[in-house]
Amino acid sequence: MSTPTQTTAEVTAGTPAKVRRRTSINIPLTLLVAVLSLTVLIPLYFTIVTALKSSDQLSSNGMALPTSIHLENFAKAWTLTNFPNALLISGIVTVGAVILTILTNSLVAYAIARNMHRPFFKALYYFFIAALFVPFPIIMLPVTKQMSILGLDNPVGLFLLYTVYGLSFNIFVYTAFIKSIPAELEEAAIMDGASVWTTFRKVIFPVLTPMNATVGILTCLWAWNDFMLPLVILSDPSTRTLPLVQFVFQNQFNTDYTTAFASYLMAMAPLLLIYIFAQRWVISGVMRGSVK
Amino acid sequence: MTTTTARAKKPRSAPGLQRRRPPRANKTFYWMVVPALVLFLVLHTLPTLTGIFYSFTNYAGYGEWNFVGLSNYVNLFKDDRIMDSYVFTILFAVTTTIVVNLGALFIAILLNSKIKYQTAFRGIFFIPNILSVLIVAYVFNYLLSNNLPLIGQALGIEWLSTSILTNPDLAWLGIVGVTAWQSIAFSVIIYLAGLQTVPGELYEAASLDGASPWRQFASITFPLISGYFTINMVLALKGLLQVFDQIVALTNGGPGTSTESVAMVIYRGGFQGGEFGYQMANSVVYLVVIVALALLQLRVLSRKEVDFS
Repeated sequence: MSTPTQTTAEVTAGTPAKVRRRTSINIPLTLLVAVLSLTVLIPLYFTIVTALKSSDQLSSNGMALPTSIHLENFAKAWTLTNFPNALLISGIVTVGAVILTILTNSLVAYAIARNMHRPFFKALYYFFIAALFVPFPIIMLPVTKQMSILGLDNPVGLFLLYTVYGLSFNIFVYTAFIKSIPAELEEAAIMDGASVWTTFRKVIFPVLTPMNATVGILTCLWAWNDFMLPLVILSDPSTRTLPLVQFVFQNQFNTDYTTAFASYLMAMAPLLLIYIFAQRWVISGVMRGSVK
Repeated sequence: MTTTTARAKKPRSAPGLQRRRPPRANKTFYWMVVPALVLFLVLHTLPTLTGIFYSFTNYAGYGEWNFVGLSNYVNLFKDDRIMDSYVFTILFAVTTTIVVNLGALFIAILLNSKIKYQTAFRGIFFIPNILSVLIVAYVFNYLLSNNLPLIGQALGIEWLSTSILTNPDLAWLGIVGVTAWQSIAFSVIIYLAGLQTVPGELYEAASLDGASPWRQFASITFPLISGYFTINMVLALKGLLQVFDQIVALTNGGPGTSTESVAMVIYRGGFQGGEFGYQMANSVVYLVVIVALALLQLRVLSRKEVDFS
């Protein structure tokens, strides 16, 4: 289909409504979209108000605004789940996965994309792509065993797994983009005596920035929100990630819904806040990755 | 970790290597992929192969084991709990894939039309995708158990008056709804990317010819974005067949075992039930089912795709 460079232009140009068709705004459609957006906003609203209520308030007026603010829900959830620790672990895993993924996956994709005419690299490409069809539940049991034998049943092992399992999809995304980079760029660098490594670092990697953003965003969303890998890999209770903590403390939350919702809200808040400020950038990044 | 240290050391030795050799057989490219390949083999391929190996044994996950031939595979097909989990998982995944794609296509077309606050609305519809599936399902668990029955009671609808999650016949619909709420977000973005590739002039010409909006969709929009439709359908089905998190948070497989997905059975049997070998056989069957469904889907959908170029 279309080349990534074209798509980037389209995505950025497509954002403001005025660039597209200059015809008038359709008011009924706007209202319909507004009503539909409530399906997303109401559960979020409910989460926020519930986290601020007392249990009595919640049972008497489910959807209404709180009559008094109960910040102690947050204090209780904070200590019960040891929130700072879970936040730190989730942060380490996510940042580790994003950095390691961008640095290594782009490099592998570069080597493959520039040598697709060689059988070894071509086979490698299809090998990685084929692995896309192997769903995680299938390797879950053996990999869990293996990671604990290797002493990698910890956050480091976790972000290593995200980096390696991400390869399949990321190579797909990166190689399509790298093929569209004109070879003259590298040839000039090689003429100046630069090695392949230097060429990658100084010439290719900077050009990959939009794809690095795409891969970074997708990896971040995956590593931050994932539940199954931390559930099976992490053995030490003090290394639980934020989603895992919600699961583990579900029994304690059982009747105390307001504390539970405060805990959910705290777990969602970091990424939600980043998203509110970087919304356009995140969406255009995801769009770029979806066009192949 | 190995990759970073390996990578850090190499750049110093590489230039020397490169100058001695002609650029054609550049070894550096091999050094770029070999560490990743080794890690991939160790962390992905090896577990897949050991898993297949254990599927022919009676290994419990610990202790001794013996080869049992194909008996795990034979027993799978006699095991009602396993068969039920396949029926549930496939029914769930197919239903949700259809709901997600119809919903996402509808929302994407609305977002792509001449509406006000386009960027803001697009931003809102993507929010579910940035949230944890598990946490979203916990929130909806409360809403479906407490708020929805109140609405059902107020409207006098009997089946809605109690929590649908505790009703063995309806619990799966709750899971479909919550999953769709979240999965639509990502599909909308892919469809929007597709819709932006359709030239606006086509619609202008069609409007001049008096084509109805439905006609415009059927004759212009859909044929031009059918590639995106295929991608979305295949990605959605493959992802949804792996359903796990939502079920843990909504029903935990219940009531009874009516909403146990295949992934959940593998997890429970393998980690808690001492059925490592047996569940690996289940995993292999599961892999075959997923690949077969994806190939079938690609065949059917790509035949419908129209190529205008």
